[in-house]
Order: sequence, then structure tokens, then C-alpha cells
Amino acid sequence: MTTAVSILPEQQLAALNAAYRQAVSRRRLRLLLGAGVFAAALALAAIGAEVNLRTLFTYFGNFVSYFDRILTLDSGQRVWTDVGEWFWGWRKWLKMLGETLLISYVGTLIGATFAFALNFFAAENTSPASWLRFVVRRLLEFARTVPGIVFALVFVIAFGLGPMAGVLAIAIHSTGALGKLFSEIVENADMKPVEGIRSTGASWLSCMRFAIVPQVTAGYASYALLRFEINVREASVMGFVGAGGIGQELVVAIRKFYYSDVSAILLTIVVTVFIIDITTGWLRGRLFGKEART
Amino acid sequence: MTPQEVDTAQIRARYPDVFDRPASARLATPAMIAAALAILVYGLVDLDFSPSRFFAGLSQLGWITLMMIPPDPGSSLPIYLKALGETLSIALLGTTLAAVFALPVSLLAARNIVPSNILRFPVRRFLDSIRGVDTLIWALVWINVVGLGPFAGVLAIAVSDFGAFGKLFSEAIEGADQKQVEGIRASGGSALHEIRFGLLPQVLPVIAGQVLYFIESNTRSATIIGIVGAGGIGLQLAEQIRVLEWQKVSFLILMILVAVAAIDFISGKLRFAIIGRRAVA
Repeated sequence: MTTAVSILPEQQLAALNAAYRQAVSRRRLRLLLGAGVFAAALALAAIGAEVNLRTLFTYFGNFVSYFDRILTLDSGQRVWTDVGEWFWGWRKWLKMLGETLLISYVGTLIGATFAFALNFFAAENTSPASWLRFVVRRLLEFARTVPGIVFALVFVIAFGLGPMAGVLAIAIHSTGALGKLFSEIVENADMKPVEGIRSTGASWLSCMRFAIVPQVTAGYASYALLRFEINVREASVMGFVGAGGIGQELVVAIRKFYYSDVSAILLTIVVTVFIIDITTGWLRGRLFGKEART
Repeated sequence: MTPQEVDTAQIRARYPDVFDRPASARLATPAMIAAALAILVYGLVDLDFSPSRFFAGLSQLGWITLMMIPPDPGSSLPIYLKALGETLSIALLGTTLAAVFALPVSLLAARNIVPSNILRFPVRRFLDSIRGVDTLIWALVWINVVGLGPFAGVLAIAVSDFGAFGKLFSEAIEGADQKQVEGIRASGGSALHEIRFGLLPQVLPVIAGQVLYFIESNTRSATIIGIVGAGGIGLQLAEQIRVLEWQKVSFLILMILVAVAAIDFISGKLRFAIIGRRAVA
């Protein structure tokens, strides 16, 4: 089978070709310029961060051998040859791990409750007054932008050492993060039910309760579960500043070079995070699946 | 369609799931709420939440807040500015390093490039375990290796983002359109050609957007890794909190907020320029 390909006359073709080449070269120039600026920024950053490649290469062996060391028991054997010795402190660690999980659970729940109470004021379509929306939004932004561990540092001084500071820090950070996500769900909600309920003479509160909340609960639950997952990781390092949980044990082990303990605690944390990830993922799938059907 | 007579009884009989939900389904929600509250109460007790401690702490916190006003850097403004620059450098360098190393690995973790489950599985689990360890922990490990200072921070961010990028990039690659790859193969391209001309043009804008987003969020991470000694403004912040210089603390927090907002703004603009309206619409 033959197909005829029509070729444009020479003059027209030349003009088109020139335009094409110009467009390509303009794009290349822009890319090159962008890459140049980026490279300059990187070089500047490298000076700022005192990057020293010599140090890296000299000590990179240390990094690799660090993992060798944390996988070796005091007796010189590999850790997995004697699991009893490796996890010698498992009672204590499991207790701390439970504390970590409780910290993230309580923190997430308190944070989600506050976020639930605040998000209707922050959403574009449901906020009763624009000044209120502005104030609530800035508040949430503050709670979200200041890292949780900074709150923990301050709370440890105010509330004393212990898990309470960790819980409150996680609660505040979660309020900020969830408040934003929740209000975005509300902004995407269908406003027709609200009109329907308002036309019956209902108050703002009833509008929220009967028109918005039924639409958004599944999304809220899904985000809260996701947050819980993130908070488990966060709670595992709260102990670094004395705010409770397994981080305390870990930082002591790292700083005092109890090598095999480091790997044991790290493994415990990683496995827990895995399990939580999988469980919440499954739960979220079920939540969304169920809502999609009704 | 004309409205029809509805036989309620018949509909009830036809959809028993809707009208006669079994007791287990009706009780599920209250039971779940009760269980959640029970765990909450147990947690509050177990974590020593006493009202007296809470209110004492709250009043203490009120005092601290009062002492924070007005924010005042004292005479250390140049030091703080330098520390802020260090933090931004850590975020930029760490994220770039992570992206550079994650790109080839993410190809190995993508289903449409490596169809073999046996090969892909270990790569994925490897990335997962890196992500399971927090940036702060990586920072502590790197401090043991290269010593205190911002360089440890760069490496910590690079390692922990490497895990995250590997996953995100591989998902972007799996989401790419296969037709263009097939087109390259049909015209006789090798496997590398397929990746270079069929895949990369599709995924690079997505990846660039993700990298920018991470630079933004890493500005936050970079502030906290200073707390364990890995340089940047977090180091100053932790020190000032420990010596209870609250005016300096509030000034540092303000600096962080302003810096994060500025980076947000810039990277938002850049992302828009790179990905274009496509991502917004």
C-alpha cells in the first residue's frame, strides 16, 4: 500500500523550519539559563552548608561501617545469631513503644477535634465572617508551620519533662495540618444541601451539622488516619527533646554508642511504622470504598 | 419519565440492606466511638495527664508567651541571618542530592520498567525502610559519621528524602502514558531510548514539581534537625530555648515563619511555570 505524503513547497517549508528551529533554540536557551541559575544556587548553598567533599569521602567508610557496628553484638557476633541478646531490653522498649503509640493517638484525636471545631470558620464557603476566617486561617498556619518538635521544646519547659509535652505538641501541629485539609474538603462540598436546610430557617450550626458534616466525615476520617500515621513517626522522635516515647531510649543508645541497641530500637520503630502504614491504608480503603457505594 | 406509583413495601423487600440494617451495622458507629474514647481516656491516664499539671503548665506557658513580646534578636542578628542561610542551603542541597540519586533507583522500582516482581520487591522494601526512619534519626547517625555541623544535616535530608523520592518518582513513572514508549520502540529505539525519549519528557515536569515541593517542606525539616546539632537555625533556636532567652526565641520563630512563607511563594511561582496550568486545572 502506498500513501502519498504531501510536501509543502520549498519556500513555505523553509519559513516553517526556521520558526521551528527558533522555537527549539529559545527553549534550549531558557533551559540552559535555568540550569545555570540552579547550579549557581547550589554552589552558593554548598559554601553555606560547609560541604566538604573530603570529609565525606574520608568518613564515608564510617557511615558504612556504622551499619556494620550496629549489627554486631558486644561479643563480636552478628546480631541475628542471638536474638535474645540483641533484644535484651524488649520489655522496656515495648513499653516505650506503647507510650509512643498512645502519644500519637491522643495527640491526633485532640488535634482532629480542634481542627473539626475550627475548619468551618476557615473554609471559604461556610465561614460566617471574613475577619473570622482570616484569624482562624492565620492561627492554623502558625500551628502548621512551626515544627512539632519546636513546640515540644517549649512545652517541655512549661509542662515539665514527659509525654504530656509530646502529646500537646503533636496535638497543636495536627490541628494546624488537619484544619487546613478539613477546610479544603468543606470547600469542595456540595452547597445545595446547605441552601435547602437554610431555606427551612435553620441556624448556621444546623446547616453545618445536617448539610456539611454528612458529606465530609469520610474525608475527615481518612485524613485523620493519615495524620495518625505521620504522628507515629513524629512521636518516635519526641523523646529526643525529653517529650516521652521511644525516642528517649534511641537517643541515649546513639549518643552512648550502644550499637546493637540502636539497630534493635530502629528495627522496632520501622516495623511498627510499617504495620501502622498497612493498617491505616487498609482502613482508609474501606472507609472510602464504603462511602463511594452509598 | 412519568412519576410512578411507589410500593413502599415492595421496595423495602427488595432493598433489605437499606431499610433493615442488621443490628451489628447500626451499632458499629457508636461502638467505634466508644472504643476510641476508651483508648483516649486510658491514654490520658497512662501519660500522666492531671488537670493540675495541665493548668500549671498552661499558666507557665502564658508567662513564656508574655516574655516573648516583643521579639528581639539582641546583638546576634548577623549570626541568626547566617544560620538561616545555612538552613536554606541544607534544604536545597539535601533535596537536590536526594533527587539525583533517587531518579535511577525509582526506575528500578517502577512496574512498567522492571516487570519482574522479584527484582522490584527488594528495591521497594529498601526505600520503605529508609522512609520509616525519621530525618532526625538520620541526622543523629550522620553526626556520628561526619561530625557536628550543617553537612550532617545535608546528608540526613538527602538520605531520608531519597526514600520518599524513590517512591514518588516511581509512582509518577508508572502513571506515564505507555503509548509514547511503544512509539519509540516501534521506530527501533533501544530500552534506554525508550526511557530517555518516551518516559522522561512525560515525568520530568511532575518530578520537578515534587522536588520543588520538597525543597519547601524541607525548609521546615532543616530547621528542626539543628535541634540535634546538625547546623542551621534550629541549633540557635534550641540553644535559646534552653537558656530561656524568650525574646530571641520568638524572633527566631518569626524568622523561620517568614523564610518558609517566602520559599512557599517562590516555589509556588516556579512550580506554576514548570508544570503550567495542567496541574492546576
